Amino acid sequence: MNTENLIPADAFCNSHSVEITFIHTLGEYGLIDITELDNMSYIHAEQLRDIEKYLRLHYELNINMEGIEAITHLLERMSGLESEVVVLRNRLKRYEEL
Amino acid sequence: MEFVDYYKVLGLNKSASTEDIKKAYRKLARKHHPDLNPNNKEAHKLFQQINEANEVLSDPEKRKKYDKYGKDWQHGEAYEKAQQAYGNTNQRQYQGGQAFSGEQFGGDFSDFFESMFGGAAGAGGRQQARFRGQDFNAELHLNLLDAYKTHPQTLTVNGKNIRITIPAGIEDGQTIKIAGHGGPGMNGGPNGDLYITFLIENNTAFKREGANLFTTVNLDLFTAVLGGELMVDTLDGKVKLKVAPETQNGTRVKLKGKGFPVYKQEGHFGDLYVTYSIQIPTNLTEKQKQLFRELAKS
Repeated sequence: MNTENLIPADAFCNSHSVEITFIHTLGEYGLIDITELDNMSYIHAEQLRDIEKYLRLHYELNINMEGIEAITHLLERMSGLESEVVVLRNRLKRYEEL
Repeated sequence: MEFVDYYKVLGLNKSASTEDIKKAYRKLARKHHPDLNPNNKEAHKLFQQINEANEVLSDPEKRKKYDKYGKDWQHGEAYEKAQQAYGNTNQRQYQGGQAFSGEQFGGDFSDFFESMFGGAAGAGGRQQARFRGQDFNAELHLNLLDAYKTHPQTLTVNGKNIRITIPAGIEDGQTIKIAGHGGPGMNGGPNGDLYITFLIENNTAFKREGANLFTTVNLDLFTAVLGGELMVDTLDGKVKLKVAPETQNGTRVKLKGKGFPVYKQEGHFGDLYVTYSIQIPTNLTEKQKQLFRELAKS
């Protein structure tokens, strides 16, 4: 298995001063993927920014896991809608130019 | 240095209790937090002000100084020492405000903010919040032909060169995020992100709708009636098009795969739609008119 992009969860928790349970809870809520290897938990490097975002939402804004889950879902929807607006705006422009 | 009314920022009055401040901060921070307002410059600016306001007003010492000296709160100690050194007779001179203006002490508001979160804030044992850096927004102008091919481009953002690869098929108005290339984080917080919005100028005869292109070509009456061949421009060069006999004006044909690249789908292209605009001949000779008359009778 390619372990190049895996970060030990406890190393992440030490550097951010958070409990390992925080990472496991994110995993249980399906917000991140956790890989278990030799009794060690690893997080994926490409999810690091998302995990840091969840950490800020939880510790700075006191948002619980259900809230983080809902926010993540809504931000994804918002991003999708923004892309759709761009496409529709460009389509509208074509008809306005006729 | 511009004075910010921290009470106003948090929507409070001067008599607000510690609990009021905490409540107001939590409410506003949730509303304007950068993670909840991606790519929103106004929210980021407000969030910075809310944090500043909270940092000052939630600390009894800082709040006391702020209340006493207003915009010069940070220099309150220096002010008091100066007062003692010069004695009461010179007091008026310093109360004029000129000696303690922002200009004299240097720096704009962000310096003021950074110094506020420096060693002094940590010395009191308060936990320092880790703030994510500010997101930067940039616009990149391309023409349609630039957007036709995947190509590298170097941008200069705040004096730093950033090399990015622009995927073929990017939309006009589309914004992409370059993670970690925004402003630096504070107190070990992560860097902000760089958002680049592409503004694509169409300098071609083609109209674009997503990955499909549209064009109108002139077709002479005789080819339209009898059928034939026509050379048509595409973004990929010229192609020969077979025109069916008895083609009507406004007929639209599709050239599969001759449109624009599909964004982030290497090798996939949209279609090119060609609309025929049939040209009625002008300046006919008498003989040609006679032939048309005969045709009309037949």
